[in-house]
Amino acid sequence: MNNKRALRMLFSLKWLVLVASLVFAANGSASIAPVNGKSTTTADHSKFKALQGPFDRAEDVTAACLTCHTEAGEQIRQTTHWTWLYEHDETGQTLGKTKVINSFCGMTITNEPRCTSCHVGYGWNDMREPPPQAENAVDCLVCHDTTGEYWKFPTLAGHPTYIPREWPKGSGKMVQPPDLERIARNVGASGRANCGSCHFHGGGADGVKHGDLDTSLINPPKSLDVHMSPEGLNFGCSDCHTTMGHAVSGSRYQANARDTLGIDVPGHTDFSRASCESCHGLAPHDKPKLNDHVDKLACQTCHIPAFARGGVPTKTWWDWSTAGRLDENGQPIKQLDDHGHPSYLSEKGDFRHGENVVPEYAWFDGTVKYTLAGDPLDIENPPVAINRLEGSPDNGESRIWPFKVMRGKQPFDTEGQTLLATHVFGADDTSLWSNFSWEKALQAASDLSGMPYSGEFSFIETTMHWPITHMVAPAEQAVKCGSCHKAESRLAGLGGIYMPGHNGSVWLDRIGWLLVAATLFGVLVHAMARVVFSGRKDQ
Amino acid sequence: MSRVLMFKRFERFWHWTQALLIFVLLFTGFAIHGSYDVMRFSTAVQVHTMAAWALIVLWIFAIFWHFTTGEWRQYIPTRDGLFAVMHYYLVGTFTGAAHPYKKTSRAKHNPLQRLAYLFFKLIISPIIWASGLLYLFYNDWPATLAGALQLETVALVHTGAAFAMLVFVIAHVYMATMGKTLTSYIKPMITGYEDLDSH
Repeated sequence: MNNKRALRMLFSLKWLVLVASLVFAANGSASIAPVNGKSTTTADHSKFKALQGPFDRAEDVTAACLTCHTEAGEQIRQTTHWTWLYEHDETGQTLGKTKVINSFCGMTITNEPRCTSCHVGYGWNDMREPPPQAENAVDCLVCHDTTGEYWKFPTLAGHPTYIPREWPKGSGKMVQPPDLERIARNVGASGRANCGSCHFHGGGADGVKHGDLDTSLINPPKSLDVHMSPEGLNFGCSDCHTTMGHAVSGSRYQANARDTLGIDVPGHTDFSRASCESCHGLAPHDKPKLNDHVDKLACQTCHIPAFARGGVPTKTWWDWSTAGRLDENGQPIKQLDDHGHPSYLSEKGDFRHGENVVPEYAWFDGTVKYTLAGDPLDIENPPVAINRLEGSPDNGESRIWPFKVMRGKQPFDTEGQTLLATHVFGADDTSLWSNFSWEKALQAASDLSGMPYSGEFSFIETTMHWPITHMVAPAEQAVKCGSCHKAESRLAGLGGIYMPGHNGSVWLDRIGWLLVAATLFGVLVHAMARVVFSGRKDQ
Repeated sequence: MSRVLMFKRFERFWHWTQALLIFVLLFTGFAIHGSYDVMRFSTAVQVHTMAAWALIVLWIFAIFWHFTTGEWRQYIPTRDGLFAVMHYYLVGTFTGAAHPYKKTSRAKHNPLQRLAYLFFKLIISPIIWASGLLYLFYNDWPATLAGALQLETVALVHTGAAFAMLVFVIAHVYMATMGKTLTSYIKPMITGYEDLDSH
């Protein structure tokens, strides 16, 4: 446990230092970045009386923000960032972080203070209740800090620490409370590091979850991301994920897999730039033959040749079934792979990591359906799909998209044949990470969440699809035509599409080459006969 | 012996340019098809497309030339003497018999040639072009066409016709060596002039 946390601490500290050193150079806040040397903002927050402090707690800063931004709190409380609930129009499912199970740490519920450290609020300690209702429970700073010094402490349900606090536990390293007055006076538009403070660390550490989102995007070289690189366009996340009253566009539950609106013109389109077509239009290439591909291929399919390209590995395999093994002294075990990434931790089981991972591809119409807690599993036919992509080659709304496919093994109820909530985090006598006992952890998760559990469990292999859409490479690094148009195609087995160079008729080829060979043979025999007979004639 | 202008300047230009383009198209076409891996797919597609357009332009001129000069009559098929020619290539050429067909500049193709070239011009080439253009403009098919025709069908027809073209080219190149000497049929295709036995 300590080893694991030490590693996380290392990541976190490295990240903090990195952010602090880069924040002025590359905050990624293009929307307020000086243009031609002129600041574009009309307010200097350091001059605001309300922001001079002193502030004992982060909520006090929020209260100060709300004195001017009177509607901001209510706006935030309407968003998915706050509710962690998402009503899916197409599938009718209720999704969101409060509802879904993923193939990383399972469910947020029963792991609150750890998981809710990424909630855009303060003090959501019990997810059986809605998020805290107080006006000042909204966290303005996690998104609007420009100093890089604000850090939601991993175990405090969204709060930064207000006293010097050891992290990781047992490491002897102390995290100091943030200078809330200084941070408050330096608020600004959200940059890459703000969004990344949560979204780059999904799954528990840097780069673990998405594959195309990790801290390498805070200050990426152009080769990693043409849009976000300071050498390129220096975009912040919100340059594409446009916001309207604090609601951020772009969803992984209901993606826009085929934007037919094209370039977004104010007043005419959907006010969302969270699609490539929003800026690049519907015929973005100079070469017409390339434009012939956009009806079938997502831009990302060619323009993101691989993910996890920034030097941060992403998890590709997580087998929970082996968690809990201890060494002969009863101490947790930690094993590293050849690259120094953990390959086994007693808390979490076996891992595999990948860098420069070639995506897998699937037809996708944007709709993702989840296997939720309580949904029956087809345990006869593993792996179980934690989420399913909808889409087909024929419905005209789907395109071929790249995905990170996360694989692993997760606990399930052998009687009820459903996935189970897992109580992994907590300084108590039931959490997996403190006690290394699945029996206790699963029973506690059921008791705490109220989700049914027969008491009998086993592990089943699962898959989970994560759309790849960031880390867009420079055009010259796009996937080469021949990567798909050949026998061993990237898109092999996808179906629904005829790809020259990949598809064809075996029989046509056999007959064709047989005729060619027969012709050559006939020519050869005839020529030899001519030679022989001309020799006789000469005699 | 009389020296006759057998192939006019445009005809020779047409023949050799077409030959070059067909070699390029066959080579890049089978590269696109995945038969061998010697060039980048995108290069093969670009060269194939450009060569196809060049051949189409050449053919527009050639069709115009055939009709304005009346040279199209050279390809009117006939059974008269066809079997004699076939017999010559299968037997006579080994026994030292003379070629049964006496060519003139107004009827320069023997009956077998007429058939072969007519097949090339009216069957293989049109199929390759039609399927090739459909292939190239697949994304611009009108809805009624897209509903009735699969890209796969077009691709298979195109590939099949390409095999037929390859067979034609092999046989044609070989038979071009079957004059009195290896080059006696090829020389007139270059210089235009052929020495004919006087009747």
